[in-house]
Amino acid sequence: MNAVRAVRELPQSDAVVVRAENLSKVYGHGAGGVVALHGVTFELTAGEFVCMVGVSGCGKSTLLSLLAGLEQPSAGSIELDGSRPALMFQDAALFPWLTAAGNIELALRLHGAGAAERRERARELLQLVRLEGFAEKRPHELSGGMRQRVALARALAQEADLLLMDEPFGALDAITRDLLHTELEQVWRDRGLTVLFVTHNAREAVRLGDRVIVMSSRPGRVAAEVPVDLPRPRRIESGELGAIAREIGDRLHQEVRSHAG
Amino acid sequence: MRRLWAATWPKLGALALVLAGWQLLVLSGWRPDYLLPGPLPVFRQLGSDLHDPGFYQGVAVTLQRAATGFGIAILIGTTLGVAVARVRVVRAAIGVLLTALQSMPSIAWFPFAILLFGLSEVAIGFVVVLGASPAIANGTLHGIDHIPPSLLRSGRSLGARGFAMYRHIILPAALPSFVAGLKQGWAFSWRSLMAGELLANLGNHPSLGARLSYAREFGVAEELLATMIVILVIGMLVDGVFGYVDRTLRRRRGLSAV
Repeated sequence: MNAVRAVRELPQSDAVVVRAENLSKVYGHGAGGVVALHGVTFELTAGEFVCMVGVSGCGKSTLLSLLAGLEQPSAGSIELDGSRPALMFQDAALFPWLTAAGNIELALRLHGAGAAERRERARELLQLVRLEGFAEKRPHELSGGMRQRVALARALAQEADLLLMDEPFGALDAITRDLLHTELEQVWRDRGLTVLFVTHNAREAVRLGDRVIVMSSRPGRVAAEVPVDLPRPRRIESGELGAIAREIGDRLHQEVRSHAG
Repeated sequence: MRRLWAATWPKLGALALVLAGWQLLVLSGWRPDYLLPGPLPVFRQLGSDLHDPGFYQGVAVTLQRAATGFGIAILIGTTLGVAVARVRVVRAAIGVLLTALQSMPSIAWFPFAILLFGLSEVAIGFVVVLGASPAIANGTLHGIDHIPPSLLRSGRSLGARGFAMYRHIILPAALPSFVAGLKQGWAFSWRSLMAGELLANLGNHPSLGARLSYAREFGVAEELLATMIVILVIGMLVDGVFGYVDRTLRRRRGLSAV
């Protein structure tokens, strides 16, 4: 936790990196169709760390899928400035037949890098996530936290400036999660990334985000946007953080109850 | 070193038991010596076979047929497997047929093969290929179908498309299942080949199957049993290679419970 790093280079003011307008996604047709998202509108500006909170079924994962171009919206539009965004999931989904370095090198290879360049870049990225000694380990030999770090390095290998993260730390213990929060924040700052981080954990969202988008479910809509003006670095146990998280939690409860009735 | 011994002594023990049981059966006089010789005469015969160039010729012919048939089966099986996995129409058309074909005993193909191709190498090859291809096709298909969707999603989000997706993600992910299919296909190949060599005894061609046939005709039981041992050992050796590859693959990917 380096107080000197608290001031990071400000991005070109208010450059909008992602603009989603009136996004809708329906699975299936007619009466049996499931409306995963309805009329979702929001923007991300360059260098922002935005968290999205909602309970299961609010379409958070669908939204990321749409933003990443893995699926097409049923209605509405998405505007992305810049290259293909990089995705990270709760399951690191590393390729089990490759080593940690191999996984990153594959990402680089698919991106068009040559053999020597790949090896060097992979090593750099492993250093960034502090796994230099584990380059030749295979995924099953790594802990959950390490796997997510490799997944992060692999996502960064794509040179994207937009990182879409779908509950990446959901399967980890609280202590590892805490460490990874700090690491992620560091990487975000150092590289000037824009991050959209989806989670069901309100505290995590307030720990990481510049603002928090609260989603309601069935259908998925933007229910509220809560700015987080706390100075960084933040401590997840802090009272102020807890207060904002509670506010978000209350809002989520409201949304769930209004549907249950 | 200890691990090697731990793996080996049970096999040696089992072998010793089999040999002892065999000898006891012979000693019991259940069948006369000339029909059921004991281990010693058989191994003596085996020893003399191993000095006989004709024996090696026979083994070469059989192995050549096996390699050719199995090789063609790999080509056909893999192509079919990928086609069924990838092309919906093909899957709908022959997916079920492939599974059904696998349960068809290859020996049942022989009368048809002989009808079509006469008593020839082609007939034998035909049956070997038909025996092994469905197993290989199914291994390939299973491998592709059972790739965890999260891996495919990872691949797509890294930008892999079409050929690159196949080369870097789908084929490596399907490899263990593919090898399992190869292992099974080999077993079918070897079995159909032996049946073929017995049924379609092509006069001038020495082969293991032919030796079996002659040994029976001329009543040389030691030779019969010795040849059977050779057939068994070859089958086991190749199977052992596949087994090793399979285990190594699984261990590297953390799929084995070691």
